[in-house]
Amino acid sequence: MTDLPTLGVYVHWPYCARICPYCDFNVALDRRAGEAEALADAIVRDLQTQAALIGPRRLVSIFFGGGTPSLMDPARTARIVETAKSLWPAAPDLEISLEANPTDAESGRFAAFAGAGVTRLSLGVQALDDASLAFLGRNHGAEEARRAARLAARLFPRLSLDLIYARPGQTPGAWTDELKAALDLGAEHLSPYQLTIEAGTPFDRSVRRGAFAPADPDLAAALYEKTQQILEDAGFAAYEVSNHARGAAARSRHNLVYWRGEDYLGVGPGAHGRLTLADGRTATETARAIPDYLASVGATGTGLTVQDALNPVEAAEERLLLGLRIDEGVPLADLEALTLTRLPDLRTQGFVQVKDGRLIATARGRPVLDRVIAELIL
Amino acid sequence: MTTPLDRIRNFSIVAHIDHGKSTLSDRLIQETGGLTSREMKEQVLDSMDIERERGITIKAQTVRLNYKADDGLDYVLNLMDTPGHVDFAYEVSRSLAACEGSILVVDASQGVEAQTLANVYQAIDNNHEIVPVLNKVDLPAAEPDRIRAQIEDVIGIDASDAVLASAKTGLGIHEVLEAIVTRLPPPKGDETKPLKALLVDAWYDAYLGVVVLVRIFDGRLKVGQKIKMMQTGAVYTAERLGVFEPKATMVDSLGPGEIGFLTGSIKEVADAAVGATITDERKPTDEPLKGFKDVQPVVFCGLFPVDAANFDDLRAAVGRLRLNDASFTYEMESSAALGFGFRCGFLGLLHLEIVQERLSREFNLDLIATAPSVVYHINQRDGSTIELHNPADLPDVMQIESIEEPWIKATILTPDDYLGAVIKLCQDRRGVQRELSYVGSRAMLIYDLPLNEVVFDFYDRLKSISKGYASFDYQLEDYRKGDLVKMSILVNAEPVDALSMLVHRDRAEGRGRSMVEKMKELIPPHLFVIPIQAAIGGKIIARETVRALRKDVTAKCYGGDASRKRKLLDKQKAGKKKMRQFGKVEIPQEAFIAALKMDED
Repeated sequence: MTDLPTLGVYVHWPYCARICPYCDFNVALDRRAGEAEALADAIVRDLQTQAALIGPRRLVSIFFGGGTPSLMDPARTARIVETAKSLWPAAPDLEISLEANPTDAESGRFAAFAGAGVTRLSLGVQALDDASLAFLGRNHGAEEARRAARLAARLFPRLSLDLIYARPGQTPGAWTDELKAALDLGAEHLSPYQLTIEAGTPFDRSVRRGAFAPADPDLAAALYEKTQQILEDAGFAAYEVSNHARGAAARSRHNLVYWRGEDYLGVGPGAHGRLTLADGRTATETARAIPDYLASVGATGTGLTVQDALNPVEAAEERLLLGLRIDEGVPLADLEALTLTRLPDLRTQGFVQVKDGRLIATARGRPVLDRVIAELIL
Repeated sequence: MTTPLDRIRNFSIVAHIDHGKSTLSDRLIQETGGLTSREMKEQVLDSMDIERERGITIKAQTVRLNYKADDGLDYVLNLMDTPGHVDFAYEVSRSLAACEGSILVVDASQGVEAQTLANVYQAIDNNHEIVPVLNKVDLPAAEPDRIRAQIEDVIGIDASDAVLASAKTGLGIHEVLEAIVTRLPPPKGDETKPLKALLVDAWYDAYLGVVVLVRIFDGRLKVGQKIKMMQTGAVYTAERLGVFEPKATMVDSLGPGEIGFLTGSIKEVADAAVGATITDERKPTDEPLKGFKDVQPVVFCGLFPVDAANFDDLRAAVGRLRLNDASFTYEMESSAALGFGFRCGFLGLLHLEIVQERLSREFNLDLIATAPSVVYHINQRDGSTIELHNPADLPDVMQIESIEEPWIKATILTPDDYLGAVIKLCQDRRGVQRELSYVGSRAMLIYDLPLNEVVFDFYDRLKSISKGYASFDYQLEDYRKGDLVKMSILVNAEPVDALSMLVHRDRAEGRGRSMVEKMKELIPPHLFVIPIQAAIGGKIIARETVRALRKDVTAKCYGGDASRKRKLLDKQKAGKKKMRQFGKVEIPQEAFIAALKMDED
């Protein structure tokens, strides 16, 4: 069984109680009676249909993302988990993650999610003061989030906290205090993200209107450096640009599937997948709108609307894009389709290094990784 | 076709841009029935798209008007439309040589402009009879009496019987035609003498091949006749003869005083040198006509394709353009920074701009233009003198005895309000004031100016400080020794040859500083710090730094982001084609043009 190629499963649960002004994900308010139930059924059926497309695999992770999967009925979570386990043999350390909002209402269902098989909770704390949470449009307070985190730390084997920094007016000093406070909440995994103004979001419109300005690159760089320093001192080394874990076992197995270029299958509306099929690495995508997804599954058994075979250059570019984000880098063997003309220069300048046949972004290269990648490929 | 000499009038129209010359020409064509109103497109004679859009005439055009005058007789009126801009002064001179008279069109509210002066003096030098026409008299701001007095004051010709007209409304057009017939002299010529004709212009036509515009002075030119270019001795057969009415109409022959075109087996425009005398091969005339002086390009710059792969397209395009525009010159050039391209010569900055625009528009080419430069004379220690077209070719300073630069005599007319600012501009550009007088309510300044101070942005600056009211004209004066040095721009310690220039030592620091400041704004941050320096020899005279990029990484990148990020890279790849690589630094194409536009207030 250990010889089988690995597989991660991504389940997209699009519903939110409230849509955050910075979010550009595929999200929706749950307003149509019976739709969520139909969606859970469709996801189960889509899993079964897509399983038939690919050969035997070893299931290493299931990830419930969204949206807000913590709004899901835990029984439906359990059903999807059981379906996946029935389709592929599970690895002994199968990771089942679920993204959750730290409201009291959702905390009340944490135990049920643990019972449904969830082994890792990813909690969207985002900030530890009420004013910032209000700015970010969150429907919970800071104390509520702390309670949820402490509870989750007891109920789940593994806990990760999401934080958003470089908020307007945030100083390096305030961020230091906040980050240290977050370290005391019992999680062994932290994902501090720099606030990014995504096109088409309410924040994008606010910035255009001049309501607030995103952090300038100097401040953003200072906050990033502070983050690295504090978390490293606390034993939370960065294993990815925005992901820190205390020890290798605390890393997100599922997200490593993406960064390492392993196969993943996407179900639910607007879910992406990468599958190694007969004609090579294939990019898949399901219908993005919920009604379209339901209709597609109803008609064909799957929500898939895109199945594009990647050519060797595209496949290698994706390996580079994702692989350089993690500390282990990417094997040069996976990049043979690329010319990488500027590699010697970038090595000399100290933005990347080559170690044991792997190309790795250095601590200097990581904060400017998008440019480094562009230089390598273009 | 034979028209008696006394029924022919050959005339040009002299005017400043915007004073309505093209509209008046159109009106004359319409009035004499050259085109039906359905065929009448606005500004018929401006045939190139650029000419129509910019409202300027680039190439001299000619048209034959058949007019039944009030005296009951039929006349042939040959109209030579001439360009108004100083860059095309040589086009004006050749048109004038083919005519006996001129219509001087002056806007009845704006009055005499610098260009009007230059062109009308040329007409006077050609012994032309001149009929002043005050145009746009229908406008409320028109002051015909004041402008009439101004013409008499400034130009010194009698304007008491100037024709009042409005080309727009058609007012006075008949009077203009009558004035041409009654006030301009008919041409002189002798049909019994050997053929003597002036080659007025030549251009390439997609259907007819090389077309030659001729003015017959003596003798007769017939279809099938063997003709000889007197200056080169080249012999051709006149295959087709015709006149523009304005549609091409074929004729069997052209007699004295007539203007028409001929085609033969002439392959290149260069074989048909403008100003040449055409005669009969077997029975040549003994004395050639006084030709024109050779057209000398005054401003040079390098043109390079943005994408080096397009060099062959550029080569084909400049070749085609040259067929159509004999005043444009080019030779291959290679630049360390920009690869292969062409060093091109132009009559002036407007000409440069128009050629650049035609190349990008008609040939769909993305171009980088280097800093415009003038022709310097380099006197070397070994006693020899070289002409320098490209600052990159400057010999080692140790070999240079002295450098001479071209100076111009500039005539500037400006409303009094802007006089101070205009004088300051001229002084800042090393100008030497020769004259300050008044033309009506406006000041007329005559300045000696080094051409290299003018080629950058003098005209733009002049327009901007005078809110568009100052007008400017110049002619090349002489070469004078100057304390000139070569200034190089170094980006990341590497010289960018396309940006090097010769400047006066006193102006070097200021220009160097503004250059590096501009480049700092134009070069996006890279992964490393980029020093930008201006240097004379080994000495740095100005320096700026583009700071290194500090943060540029996507915060969240998971399974759903791979496709989006890859597509973003594809977009960046396309954008990269608009950048030029200098060592490790990428410079956007627009930086080259923008860096040369100075703002020094």
